[in-house]
Amino acid sequence: MATQLTGKGKGKDRWRAERYAAKPERDALFTTISGEPVEPLYTEEDLPADLDAEIGLPGEFPYTRGVYPSMYRGRLWTVRQFAGFGTAEETNERFRYLLGHGQHGLSTAFDMPSLMGHDSDHAKSEGEVGREGVAIDTTEDMETLFRGIPMGEVSTSMTINAPAAVMLAYYVVAAERQGVAPEQLAGTIQTDILKEYIAQKEWCFPVDPAMRLVTDMIEYCAKDMPRWHPVSISGYHIREAGSTAQQELAFTLKDGFTYVEHALERGLDVDDFAPRLSFFFNAHIDFFEEIAKYRAARRIWARELRDTYGARDERSLLMRCHAQTAGVSLTAQQPLNNVTRTAIEALAAVLGGTQSLHTNSFDEALALPTEEAVRVALRTQQVIAEETGVVHTADPLGGSYFVEALTDRMEEAAYAYFAQIDELGGMVEAIKQNYPQREIADASFTYQQEVDAGQRIVVGVNGYREGGDGQIATLRIDPELERKQIGRLQAVRTRRTGADVESNLATLRDAAANDRNLMYPLIECARAHASEGEIVESLQQVFGTYTETPVF
Amino acid sequence: MAQGNRKIRVVVAKPGLDGHDRGAKIIARALRDAGMEVIYTGLHQTPEQIVETVLQEDAHAVGLSILSGAHMTLVPRIAKLLGEQGAEEVVLVVGGTIPQDDIPELKELGVAEVFTPGSSVQEIVDYIQGAVPA
Repeated sequence: MATQLTGKGKGKDRWRAERYAAKPERDALFTTISGEPVEPLYTEEDLPADLDAEIGLPGEFPYTRGVYPSMYRGRLWTVRQFAGFGTAEETNERFRYLLGHGQHGLSTAFDMPSLMGHDSDHAKSEGEVGREGVAIDTTEDMETLFRGIPMGEVSTSMTINAPAAVMLAYYVVAAERQGVAPEQLAGTIQTDILKEYIAQKEWCFPVDPAMRLVTDMIEYCAKDMPRWHPVSISGYHIREAGSTAQQELAFTLKDGFTYVEHALERGLDVDDFAPRLSFFFNAHIDFFEEIAKYRAARRIWARELRDTYGARDERSLLMRCHAQTAGVSLTAQQPLNNVTRTAIEALAAVLGGTQSLHTNSFDEALALPTEEAVRVALRTQQVIAEETGVVHTADPLGGSYFVEALTDRMEEAAYAYFAQIDELGGMVEAIKQNYPQREIADASFTYQQEVDAGQRIVVGVNGYREGGDGQIATLRIDPELERKQIGRLQAVRTRRTGADVESNLATLRDAAANDRNLMYPLIECARAHASEGEIVESLQQVFGTYTETPVF
Repeated sequence: MAQGNRKIRVVVAKPGLDGHDRGAKIIARALRDAGMEVIYTGLHQTPEQIVETVLQEDAHAVGLSILSGAHMTLVPRIAKLLGEQGAEEVVLVVGGTIPQDDIPELKELGVAEVFTPGSSVQEIVDYIQGAVPA
């Protein structure tokens, strides 16, 4: 077969005019789910001019093709299912179940009161205790959560942000009681407060003191917890709040740069903390766009860390990430279809080169997942890893005309957003001006309009509907758990030494007012069994609270 | 349904600690685009704060968005407070991840309609326009 390349620029134009135009297109929206136009064909003309500089090889700058040379031939991604509900006892059981079924690391979901810094017996906690995650009020709850699990051996992820420093202190003290020192602890705590103001909306303090607390944790971990990742810079929630893939990428990376800048201002060396920054992205349903997003993220992070922030240690340049399939893509209608969606999204994350992965359960548009649904989600990852063969070679889609073109466009879109945000005075200022919040609200409204107009079909929702969608069994949280948790908390309050708690909280407030690193007094508060709510309220006395001016 | 010249006033509210505001904001905007006057409370509102807003704004309808699973605690309290304040004629609707099994009980408490995931925006706009007496 003779290939007749008539030179760059000519082949595709000629083909389009002579061949493609001969037949009409379907009446459909040929854009990605984020609204990026997609051409009918991609060819060599769409590849970057300098392939070595832009694409390169796995494990080499700019890491477009993966952060490690061997990728999944060396080590498969970590299967990390997020779990948590009820009290620490119930979640401890689920943890052991997951570890017994081939999961490698633990991932903790906290309930809403814990995420907002409220004790379980706070007035605002009523009805929310243990519902969306596990309730942790004190060091004792953390000890129960990890009972029988060797904290020095397992790697743990904790999804908590505004009060992350408090939970880290509980974790350190719980480990101490197992005889495990902070330097032995491996894991990740999310701590990404910027995306809370942007998207997830769980906060305790105003933006500036919240950033100071994050920087305290980065500094503490750089010194005392070398195996711990103090921040997981997260696009997941930005995407779930309705952003495009481009916004997810841009806002997340910009958040990351902002943490780097704050740590540098603190006087830390970039190579002392940057290797332990990690990322968390969404794995949405638009397959190729998602793969391009991960590839662009690696390239941008490596380039900026090296060229803008002066990193010299190669590990500082590696954008290592966790991915979770898109909760927002799941439908309450015909819920078994969600198994398919999740499998496709998980495959995109794997082809995008993720380091760990959570697959959602098919019943999550309805409630917290049942054990059966969790097992199917876990098995989905195992099918990808063991049966599909996609793990045998690094970046199997590298060099694909389409994927490389999308990767370039993704990068351009991110830089355009960086410029916008810089014009507003950086990410902290942009957040205060509601800029990313407004961009996301606009994007989610546009998408919803397209769905409502039938321009985008969501199977089972606005197309291929069936009457009387089959009801499936969902997990119900026993309301008794709330009373049980309040009982646990009040028992701790009775047993501990009140004066000890008071003096440690006073020391904490003093450190907050005087710019001393808060991690050390927080660990003392954890040892004295101060509750999360008491600690957060103490800090609020110094820092104040936060109220959003919503934009819609 | 005809509204005469009167503008429908709707409070869109996020009760409890739940921060998932994507749906609430889309609905708020769609109701506004449909010509209604929309008051969005913002996040983390107590039942008392929401009912206070409804009364202050003299709203015809209030939409609660809840995705946290706490609806069986929060909705009954808001319904009760509306009743106590003599505002039972305010059209109370709920949206979010509400299991089918809970819907009859919510309706008995005075919830006019429950919109679960997958409801179209137009459906909600039409419902409120129809339910608020002209």
